[in-house]
Amino acid sequence: MDLLDVLTEESIALDVEADDWRDSIRQVGRVLVETGAIEPRYIDAMIRTVEQIGPYLVLAPGVAMNHARPEDGVNRVCLGLVRLRTPVNYGSAHNDPVDIVIALGAVDHEAHLKLLRDLACFLSDEENIRRVRRASTKQEVIAAFRRCAERAAGGQS
Amino acid sequence: MPKELRIATICGMGFGTSLILKYGVDDVLAEAGITGCTVEACDLGSAKASHTDLIVAADDMRALLDGAKQRVVYLHSMTNKKEMREKVLPVVRELLGS
Repeated sequence: MDLLDVLTEESIALDVEADDWRDSIRQVGRVLVETGAIEPRYIDAMIRTVEQIGPYLVLAPGVAMNHARPEDGVNRVCLGLVRLRTPVNYGSAHNDPVDIVIALGAVDHEAHLKLLRDLACFLSDEENIRRVRRASTKQEVIAAFRRCAERAAGGQS
Repeated sequence: MPKELRIATICGMGFGTSLILKYGVDDVLAEAGITGCTVEACDLGSAKASHTDLIVAADDMRALLDGAKQRVVYLHSMTNKKEMREKVLPVVRELLGS
């Protein structure tokens, strides 16, 4: 499963307001609940993950990738992305404040691996993250991911 | 037979952040032409208990890894390959004795 199979206009929201880090997870979770990919209880599980294990899932400066376990209420593999109007702090020592909030839903230990490979590749180039920050439409966000995927595919052939 | 180095990238659950980290470490090792390493993504509990030689983890997990018997490399960013090259490669080379 490729990243662009699950990252669609329906799973992206731009310039969302969030009160704090918990609310940022609720916002990206809400997007995925509306698509039917997760149950509302998955949102609480993602919040509990940060409460229990800490803010390590703020992967890179300004970028958080929230997730919980498949059994916490994932209906299908999904990726949501919310860009916040005002960044929030997760308590990360080096990567706060966060304005790009990603949520991952996995159904097992296998199906999302290619998707995460794509995401790792995307996030490893800061220019890609800047493209997401600059994007004025959801289509531009998707285009940034597509550009990265095409370049990666080109490099392999 | 060259010595094989077992590296664990870790996160709270073993299938999100730790995989992102694994893919980055895989790439950095391959770029540097370092062979003889296996990189496995796992959760915190099994990483501390398992027979790995080296743990790579988020700096934000430092307190949770207190008492780990393995060497641990902490990274500020899970996606920055420059930081991975600078912090992971010297330790890998040292442990491989190369």
